[in-house]
Amino acid sequence: MSPPRLDQTFVRGSIETPVGTVPKASTIFSLSDRLGACKVRWGIGRLSYTVDPGLYAIGGARPESPVFVTANYKMTFDLLRRALAGVDGWILVLDTQGINVWCAAGKGTFGTDELVERIESSRLPNVVTHRRLIVPQLGAPGVSAHEVRQRTGFQVIYGPIRADDLTAFLKGGLKATGEMRVKEFPFAERLALVPIEIVAAVKWTLFVAAVLYLVAFFISGFSPSKATDLTLPAVLALGVSILAGGALTPILLPWLPGRAFSTKGFCMGLLLALCVLLFNGFGIPSHAAIMVGGLAQLVSIPAIAAFLAMNFTGCSTFTSLSGVQKEMRLALPLAIGGMGLGLVLWIAAAAMGG
Amino acid sequence: MRPLLYLGNVVTLSFDTSKCTGCRMCLAVCPRAVFRPLNGKIEVVSRDACIECGACRRNCPSGALSVRAGVGCASGMINKMLGRKKACCVVDDDKPPSCQ
Repeated sequence: MSPPRLDQTFVRGSIETPVGTVPKASTIFSLSDRLGACKVRWGIGRLSYTVDPGLYAIGGARPESPVFVTANYKMTFDLLRRALAGVDGWILVLDTQGINVWCAAGKGTFGTDELVERIESSRLPNVVTHRRLIVPQLGAPGVSAHEVRQRTGFQVIYGPIRADDLTAFLKGGLKATGEMRVKEFPFAERLALVPIEIVAAVKWTLFVAAVLYLVAFFISGFSPSKATDLTLPAVLALGVSILAGGALTPILLPWLPGRAFSTKGFCMGLLLALCVLLFNGFGIPSHAAIMVGGLAQLVSIPAIAAFLAMNFTGCSTFTSLSGVQKEMRLALPLAIGGMGLGLVLWIAAAAMGG
Repeated sequence: MRPLLYLGNVVTLSFDTSKCTGCRMCLAVCPRAVFRPLNGKIEVVSRDACIECGACRRNCPSGALSVRAGVGCASGMINKMLGRKKACCVVDDDKPPSCQ
């Protein structure tokens, strides 16, 4: 396996070791790193935002300096090297195919086998004199500390969850406080995950809107202007659903009723659907078609919002496999049913000349 | 802020006191403060906070903890149902990656 390349943007020089040249990573979070992080938050090139796996040096790394293990998602690696400003150490980057530590640990790519192989391929035992690795706590679902010790002689010490706590962890003699060990899901973290949800949902919406327009075009007797008029309320419903389920539900998560994400999304969707209907003057339906069209929005918006909110379970930090399975058994058929009914009502309204 | 909790009474976590050696690895790896020390061993204090990540089971040298580990990700499960193997998030609930 080839060592990490020296021409990666964050590499600043190198260090000579008994096993050859090791690239030295900068601990500065540059403007281009910031822009890169921003781009992947919006889903641009997210799956190829990687650094080369292998061994890197930080500061004036020496044979007795600590070794930090991380994933090869560049945003993860950037957070770590930035948190290690002023520290002399080594970073051992595992090949997680560009996935962050926690998700990769769940998949098993940030795991015992990869760690053991990476220790061997980077010839770490010849670089450092000690036999300790600081592994992020969220890597523990994939890494078995006692197995790593048996197979390599290296002792795995689980570091804090957040890279920002590393300096305190090092100062405290490699001891993490209880607070460092608990994963919360604060407002800022929920907000940061909203763009990627919106991008994915909008891609689907464009496709669905195109299909609905075609349907409306046929129903309206091949009139582009009528088809546009019929499609707009449906697009509005889709947009409002994304706002409710993909943005407002994640942001307001702790304050929405229910424990199931779909319940929270449904409530948010219902609230916004009622706002849309009030805005459209649903209180005084003047025409049967308008009423049916309004009903289509009332049924479909909460259903789509519930579905999108349910999809946020994987982004959150406190859901379990068993819980999500239980939630999906009930919520998925209901959401699909609601979307189907909404579609039927929308077609009915269009046929009535809505 | 109060800790966020998901559905109650669903997780598959189980703990066998007789096998526990009190090594405290589970206390270090659990990101949800599910355990606490008790009489040289541990006890499960907030079961509903468990997310079945499997970190405790994988790092328990004496096999005192068991859990059907996996990722609580609805889109991953839907990707799997639809047979989308290349999607970034695919959850295999028959053979969860963290289960041996």
